[in-house]
This record gives sequence, structure tokens and C-alpha cells, in this order.
Amino acid sequence: MNKAVLEVRDLQKTFGAVTAAQDISVTVPEGAVYSLIGSNGAGKTTFVNMVTGYIKPDSGTINFGNRNIAGMAPRQITRLGIHRSFQIAQLCAELTVEENMLVADAIHGHPGPSFLRKAHNAEARERALATLERFHIAEHRDRLVPELSGGVKKLLDIAMAMAGETQIMMLDEPTSGVAADEKFPIMDLVMDALRSAGVTVIFVEHDMDIVTRYSERVLAFYDGRIIADDAPDEVLSDPEVQRYVTGAPA
Amino acid sequence: MDLAATILVDGLIYAGWLFIVSVGLTLVFGVLNILNIAHGSLYAIGAYASASMVGAYFALGGEAFPYGSYVAMILAAVLVALVVGPLLERGLLRFFYGRDEVLNVLVTYAVFLILEDLMKLIWGVNPYFVYEPYTLLGDVEIGPLFYVGYDFAVIAAAIIVGLAVWLTLNRTRVGKVVLAVIHDSEMSQTMGVNVQRIYLGAFMAGTFLAALGGALTAPMISVTPGLGVNVIIVAFAVVIIGGLGSVPGAAIGALMVGISRAASVHLMPEAELFIIYFVMAIVLLFRPEGLFAKTQARKI
Amino acid sequence: MRINLLLAAIIAFVVLAAGSVILPDWAMFLFAMALAKGLVCLGIVGMMRGGVVSFGQGLYYCLGAYTATLVANTFGVSDIFLLTLLSSAVCLLVGMAFGPLLSSYRGIFFAMLSLALSMVLYGSLSKMSFIGGTDGLNIAAPTFLGWAPEGRALQMALYIYVVAIVVIAGVLMRIYFDSERGLLTLATRDNELRVEYLGASVRNVMTYNYVFGAVLGGIGGTIAALALGHVDPEFAFWTTSGEFVFVAILAGSLSVPSVFVAAIILELVRSFSNLYFPNTWQLALGLFLLAVIIVLPKGLGSLVSRRKGNPA
Repeated sequence: MNKAVLEVRDLQKTFGAVTAAQDISVTVPEGAVYSLIGSNGAGKTTFVNMVTGYIKPDSGTINFGNRNIAGMAPRQITRLGIHRSFQIAQLCAELTVEENMLVADAIHGHPGPSFLRKAHNAEARERALATLERFHIAEHRDRLVPELSGGVKKLLDIAMAMAGETQIMMLDEPTSGVAADEKFPIMDLVMDALRSAGVTVIFVEHDMDIVTRYSERVLAFYDGRIIADDAPDEVLSDPEVQRYVTGAPA
Repeated sequence: MDLAATILVDGLIYAGWLFIVSVGLTLVFGVLNILNIAHGSLYAIGAYASASMVGAYFALGGEAFPYGSYVAMILAAVLVALVVGPLLERGLLRFFYGRDEVLNVLVTYAVFLILEDLMKLIWGVNPYFVYEPYTLLGDVEIGPLFYVGYDFAVIAAAIIVGLAVWLTLNRTRVGKVVLAVIHDSEMSQTMGVNVQRIYLGAFMAGTFLAALGGALTAPMISVTPGLGVNVIIVAFAVVIIGGLGSVPGAAIGALMVGISRAASVHLMPEAELFIIYFVMAIVLLFRPEGLFAKTQARKI
Repeated sequence: MRINLLLAAIIAFVVLAAGSVILPDWAMFLFAMALAKGLVCLGIVGMMRGGVVSFGQGLYYCLGAYTATLVANTFGVSDIFLLTLLSSAVCLLVGMAFGPLLSSYRGIFFAMLSLALSMVLYGSLSKMSFIGGTDGLNIAAPTFLGWAPEGRALQMALYIYVVAIVVIAGVLMRIYFDSERGLLTLATRDNELRVEYLGASVRNVMTYNYVFGAVLGGIGGTIAALALGHVDPEFAFWTTSGEFVFVAILAGSLSVPSVFVAAIILELVRSFSNLYFPNTWQLALGLFLLAVIIVLPKGLGSLVSRRKGNPA
């Protein structure tokens, strides 16, 4: 097995009376594809938010690259290499698709975004185009965000998250809001792009077909705890998981 | 009388005036989400209208019953609310509901510019003096100092206005509906509230309160163009300190600003003008929602 | 691409500078004031691109003006380059002090806090009788690297100076707006969350824009004071700041020249109206502002450069 790229130990988080995370411990090997399942409020989004810095855990450690990143700001965690996409695509509404990519690209430039260099410079546009092509959305590059379909928005959201050096990509419900017949094509595209770049993937999903088809390991959440941590078939046939998450035999 | 008591009395007088002038602004923000720069102009229109009404009253033989001039003043404020309120709200502001708050400030800034000149066109640029109502209530002696009775009447008016607004909001059916709209207008609408009518009513109430402030002040000053320009800024300070959209907040803000100013006038006159804005800035820096807030102030 | 910008700058300078020969004295003064104020408005536009509107730029307009005046009157410094530099430095420092504080705020609260700070300055200066109080102070005519012109030559020198500053500032801001950080500002306006998650600091974005606005405001105030020969606390009053916002809204945030065009329009309207329609020019401005808000939500500048393919 590959070495662990992300090691989470004993994360705890309560919001007032609600326990969002209890004794969460996970080890993710490099290059793996993990999925997180659970009903709403089970704790999977809290987990993603804690790993990506949106929420600070009450206690516990999140080890990434010999560093405990628990409590760090999102932008620091991003710069270290953990990137995320969003359940509702977070895009810049008054900018074109290309410009959205240019922003992502510019932020990861060295030594940082420039006060002088043109945002629309040739090299940056080439890089942006290459990423857009990888996600099959290059044809939309001059369109403004509000004109895009749900699927294209999702792809752009993920494409933007690819900017810079991505070691771990956390996808928050990548196919939610996407038309049923587009789910597999989009996931094929996304997983292809991510795997070929050697990225470790952790995605949150409600669609069990997506879960079975794309992930090697599934973490099932319930009531702030992880109640199963195994291969998809094992997890989906687990009676507790069926009771609290899927509601039916896999 | 010792200094502390003087400051207290002066502070209360100023606070009373501030409350009447500011409560309409906070109410309008609370209900319509509009920070109305033209509120100062409505105050000024109230002052002019009051001056005209009082002038007309005495010209028509009001000398016989001078206290009737007070009725004339309040009537002036009511007229302003009835005429200008719907004109502004139905004619312009309602097209901007739900838009960006700063955009709405800019719209009201445009209205302020327009109203400032309309006042000049209607009432001219010469000052109006209607001091009679100010002298009617005589003087009040407290220790070695004389205060004008009218000033205390303003405090009384402020208390009455405060109670009236509080009672209306918390004890009447309409008031509770208004509170619901303040809390969540979309939800209120889905529950069948005629939100448009509430908005109009709230704006008219805000206009009345602004105009009342001006109407009550008219006998104390010479009514000239540009009156509203200084008032709006002080009103902003009061409502920011108290919390946008909060009526009790406006009272607390008025007290704080009133007493700070009185203290500064007596203790450190150089600070008089800047103390109000300094307190406003401090509140914004440390507790931006004000003391009783409706909205969320900080992004980060 | 940059050649175009350079060419445009040269042409703009030549055209505007020609005014020093063509324009009568009163017009040159008016244009000089308009351009000086336009600098302040340019700073507001820079902040508007980030999604916030400052209702308190009068703070820096006044601070720059008073710095220049006090330095000139106390130390006898009259060189315009030196005075501009000193005012810029002071405004830079104050901007850097307040910038991080203000960059936590948005919307109404940003507007109110910026307003409060400018009114604090107004209130303080009004009561400081040792530096003129509400009467303000006079400032002597500037000198230009040793040269001390008088009369029309002075007018011309001052006018060309402000034209040069405006062209340089305009070019620098255009480069900044087109740059990666400029695009980052637009992105911040649209989606701060995403910008943070992409790895950038929103606080830094907002602070830079605020500091640039502070420096531009200070330079504008310095030149205005020198053109008027006078400065007073009104420079920091809220209505002064309101006019700067008015011009910025009118101009929109798409083109730099439109800011100065709008500033000139305002000064022209003000001057003519004061002469012929003193009681209706604010009415005209108010109606104009409403019209712009309703019809041209992106300001006059949107008439020139279309949104698509031509980012602000």
C-alpha cells in the first residue's frame, strides 16, 4: 500500500448541542480514491470543512505532509496542496469561464499574483485553455458564468480547483445539480483528469452508483461518527450502513 | 448645580431631540433595508413646513390661542408624511427593494440632492424665523440655571414618540406584522402579509418622524437651506451606535451621543464635533452591529 | 498591447496639455480642479472593483491637502513635487494603518466606517483653531523645481503638472486593473469564498485597493489645495466625499478616462449652474445620478467599452 498522504486522528467538533464529529480517524493513502457517504447532517461535510480549513476542529489532528493542518486557514491549506470543489459551484459570476481559470492560475503563480503582468497574458491563457480542454469545457471559454448549464459550472468549479499543485482533491457532491444522463460522463472526465495528474481523491456523494463505480474505499458517516470504512461492496452491504445511510440493500 | 447634573440635563435635552430625529431612520432601515440619506432632507422639509404652518397660523389670527401653533407644527409633519412619503416610496424606492444596500444608499443620495434644491425652489433661500412656539412654555429654573421650557417639552415628546413606537410595534397586531417583516420579509410575504403596504406604512412613519424632528426644531433655529446636511450625519451616528433597525438601539444611541456631546461641550469643547464620529467609529470597529443589531456587519 | 496604452497616454497628455494654451484662465482652473478630484474618484473606482464603496475619501483628500499646507506654511517648502511626495507618504501611512481594519467590512458598514473616519477628521480640524479651524488655511503658490512662475504662467504650470500626474496615475491604474491582481480584485467582488479557497488573501486584496485610494486621494487633495490657494475642513465633510462617489458611479468601473470625463462634467455643471441656476444644479445632479443608476448600471464607461471581452 502507498504511504499515507492524509492522516486524521480523533477529530471532535460540536456546535452547541449538536455533535458534528466524534472520534473521526481516517488514513488516506497516496493516490487513493475515497468516497464519503451519509445522510445530511451525518458529518461528512463537517469533515471536508475541517480538512479544508473552513471549520476548526475542537480537538484532534489532521496530518498532511508532516504537518498538522488542523485549524489552519483555507488559503494556507490550499497552498499546501489540499484543494476542494463545492457542492454549489463557487464561481465568479461577472467573469468569463476563461477569466475564472485565469484567476485560479494567477493565484498560484510564482511568487504570487502580479501587479504588473497582464492577467490575460499568452502563457496563462494557454495553461487555462489546456485545463479547460482537459475538462471538455473549452468551447465555453468566452461565456459568462450565468449562461452556463449546471454540469458545465460544476466542471469549471473543479477545473479551477486544479490550479497550482494539487495533491489531494476533495470534491463535495460533484454530481449534485447535474442532469442524470450527465453524471457518469462528468465523473469519467473528472476522475480521468485527476487520476492522470496523480491526485488523491476524496469525494462526497449521495449517488451510490457513482460511489461503487469510482471509489476504492468508502467511509460511511452517521451522527458524527464513521460507522464503516471499507471497500464499496462491503460498506454498502453492511446492515448498519443500510439502516442509517442507504436505506436499502445495495 | 454641579457640573455632572448640568451635563446630564443638557445631554438629555440633546438626546431627546436626537431620538426623534433618528428613530425614523432606523425604522425605515429595519423594515425596508434602506439607509435613507434623504432622511435629513425630510427633517428639513418638516422644519420648513412647520415654519410655514406656524407662520400661517399666526397670520390667520392664531394669537388668540398660541398653543394651537403646536398643533400646526404636528400637522405640518403629518402633511409631509402624507405627501412626500408615498411619493418617494411608491414613486421611486419600491423599484429598488431587494437590491444591493449600497445601491439604495446611492438612490437616496440622489433623492437628497433633488430635495435640497426643491426646498430652495419652494421656500426660497432666505431664513424663516418662527420663534413664538419656542417661548410659549416659559423658562424652567434648575438651581442657578435657566432652561427653556420648550427644551424639556422636546424630551417629553421624545419619550412619547418612543413609547408610541414601542407600543405600536410590540402591542398592536399591525406592529407585530411589522416586526415579522423586519425579521424576514420573504417569509412574511409567503404567510400572506401585504408587504407592500407595510413598506409604505413604515416609510410614511419614518417620514413623519423625520419631519416631526424638523417641525419641533423649527422654532429653535432659523430655518435655512442645508439644514438636513448636518442632521443626517448625526442621525447616522446614533443609529449605527444603537444598531441599524433597532428602536431601543436608537434610544440608547441617542443617550450615548447626547451625553457625550454635553460632556464634551462642558469639559473639552474642542472635542465636541469629533466625539460623536469617534464614538461611531469605535462602535463600528468593536461591535459593528451596534448595541442591538438586525444585520450582520462583518464579512471576515 | 502596452504600446497601445503608451500611445493613448501620450495622446491624452498632448490633448489635455494643449488646454494650457487654448483655454482661458477660468477654464484651466476648472479643469485642474476637476482632474485633481478625478484622482480621488479613481481611487474609489479601484475600491468599487473590489465590491465596496467608500463614502469617506474626503479623509485623504483633506489629509493630503492639510499636510501640504502645513508643511508649506511651517517649513517654507514650496516645491510642488516635494509637497506631493510628502502628502502621498502621509496618506500611504494612514491608509496602511486603516486599510487592514476597514478591509473586514463590506456594504453599508464599510461605507459608514469610512464616512465616520472622515467626519472625525472634519470634526477635529474644525475645532483646531490653531490651524485655522473652520476658516482653514491659505497656502502660497507652488514652485516647480526652483522655478517660481506667476500669473498665467503659474496657472499653466499647475495645469500641466496635474495633467501629467493624471496621465501617469491613469496609466498605472490601468496596468493594475489589467494585471493579475486587478483580475483578482474583480474575482473578490464576485466570490470572496472562492478566492480564499483558491489560496489568496481577500484581506490583502481589499487593503491594497484601499491604500491606493488613500494615496490617490492625498495627491488629489494636495493639488486642489494648491490650485485653490486654500484648504479647510470641508475637504473632509461628507458631502465632499459624496461628490467623489457621485463621479465614480457616473464613470463606472470599466474605463479610466471616463472617471476624469465625469469629473470634468461635474465641475462644468457646477460652474455653469452656480452662475445661472444656483437653486437647481443639485436637482439636476440628483436626477442625472438616478438616470445613470437606472439606465446605465455600469456607469458612463460602459458606453465606451463593452463588458464582454473587455474586462475592467
